[in-house]
Order: sequence, then structure tokens, then C-alpha cells
Amino acid sequence: MLAVTVNSGAVVLVGAVFLACAVEMVEALTIVVAVGHTRGWRSAFEGVAVALLALVALVAAFGPALVHVPLTTLRLVVGGVLLIFGMQWLRKAILRSSGLKAKHDEDEIYRETVAELEAAPKSAGRDYVGFMMSFKGVFLEGLEVVVAVLTLGTSAHRLGLAALTAAVAIVLVIIVGVIVAKQLSSVPENAMKMTVGVMLVSYGTFWTGEGLKVRWPGNDTMLLGLVALYLVVSWCFVALLKNSSVTNEVAA
Amino acid sequence: MSKQSNIVIRIVKGFFMFWWDFLVGDTPELFVAALVIIGAVFLVSERHHLNTTAIWLLPLLAVAALGTSVYRAQRGIRKK
Repeated sequence: MLAVTVNSGAVVLVGAVFLACAVEMVEALTIVVAVGHTRGWRSAFEGVAVALLALVALVAAFGPALVHVPLTTLRLVVGGVLLIFGMQWLRKAILRSSGLKAKHDEDEIYRETVAELEAAPKSAGRDYVGFMMSFKGVFLEGLEVVVAVLTLGTSAHRLGLAALTAAVAIVLVIIVGVIVAKQLSSVPENAMKMTVGVMLVSYGTFWTGEGLKVRWPGNDTMLLGLVALYLVVSWCFVALLKNSSVTNEVAA
Repeated sequence: MSKQSNIVIRIVKGFFMFWWDFLVGDTPELFVAALVIIGAVFLVSERHHLNTTAIWLLPLLAVAALGTSVYRAQRGIRKK
């Protein structure tokens, strides 16, 4: 029973962190590859290095501070943040799956970034346009990874496991990115976002409850029940939206 | 104003803008819904000690919030 309790919490944590990091890193990698191909790899890598340093500084500043916050307060705040964040992801994924919103197309983003970079004039010496584009891409996407790792890791008392999972996801995305280079569009991003959204909302619900002293039946095992519930609900929403689109088309 | 205080203001502004975009962004209804969920579950769980009610109320309200936000988005897209 104890093994089941410990594992279900850890499995959801690892799954949520891994998929969230992978999705964000695919987006960052698309920008870095575009910068590298159009403005040169030096400015692209410099942007990546400075962004990573800034992210490490943020983790070093806020990580230890979060550990000192009382667990009940931390879980309530983190639960609330994850609930909002998760519902935002899930809403977007549902709209994309039902065809109401265009899917995230990495090829299109790559083409747009390349066009933008080619239009910008090249300066002599250090290329600030390429550097800034690469920096912003990695820093902004990385910031979401940092928030996910810190909030999920500290609340579950498994910051080490969350950080390790994030590192594995980032390394894997880089390796796969180097191998497939321009085929990042073949990554099933929307399905991954849907899964992350479900996991974040499940964690958000669970910790909001813990922060408000709700005693969940089965403790951590309840997380799996919440994941199942939100998966079914998301599937129903997608089916309903698809159905209403067909009805509207027939009526028109 | 000195250059240093300008930088500090920009950093503080950037910090708050990040959290605003992160939590509110283009879905303010989800932010408000989360506050309502926390308030409702607080009343049920901490004030009235109705644990069983809180267990089903929390996910139910989250599903309702998500459904409302998706419905609003669908209507917005159709109007365009």
C-alpha cells in the first residue's frame, strides 16, 4: 500500500515535469535553430548560455527560500497557481484538438523566425539581434520550466527528483533536436500539452485541497483518480466541441 | 531619476508583468474561478468541516470553470 502511495505521487510528478519541460524545450529549440541557421551559431549559443545562467540564478535565489515556507501555505499557493496554469494549458489543448484553434506548428514558427531574422540588418562584430532572439526564446520558455520544477518539486518534497527529470527531458530534447533538426513539427505537441494540462490541474486540485486541509481518500493515490477524471472530462469537451462544429456546418 | 533606479523599476515592472501574463493573461475568468474555488472550499472544509463535500466540490468547480472558459472561447471564435 505504501509503495503504491509513494509511486503514484512520484509517477504523476515525473510525468508532469518531463512533459512540461519537453514541450517548452521543443519551442525554445525551434528558435535557437532558426537563429543558428540565419545569424550564425555563435550568437545563438551565447544567447542560450546567458539565458541558462539567468535561469540558474533565479533557481538559486528562489529555490532555497521556497523550502522555508510552511508546507500548508506553500501547497495552497502552489495549488492555486497550478490550477490556473493547468486550466490554461488544458483549455488551449481542448480548443486545438477540436479544431477551433490552429495547432502549434513548429515549421511555421521556424519560417516566421527565419524571415524576421533575415529582415533585420547585420551589425559588424557581435550579432545582438541573433543573441537577443536566442536569449529571449530560451529564457521565456525556460522560465515556465523553472516555475513547474520549483512549484511541483518543493510541494511534493521531491525537488531533487523534479530537477533531475527536467534535466533528463532537456538533454533528450536537445539530442532528438540535433538528430531530427528540422522535423520538430513531427513532435505530437498538442497531445503532450493535453497530458501536461491534465497533470497540472490534477496536482493543482490535490494541493489546493491539501492546503485547505481536505483529507483526500487514499492520500497521494487520489492523484491518479483526479488524472482519470480530468482526462475523461477533456475528452468529453473535445467530442462536444467537434460535434457542435459539425452541427453548425450542417445548419449553415 | 538615476540610471540605476530606472533599471530597478524596469526589473520590478517586468517581474509583475510576468506574473500578470502567467496567471491572468487572456483568460481572466480562470484566474477569478481559481479564487472562487479556493474561497468556496475554504468555507466548506475549514469553516464547516465538511470534508466529503470538499472532496467532490473542488474538482467539480474546476471542471465547471474549464467548461465555462472553453464555451466562452468557442463563442468568441464563432463570432469572428
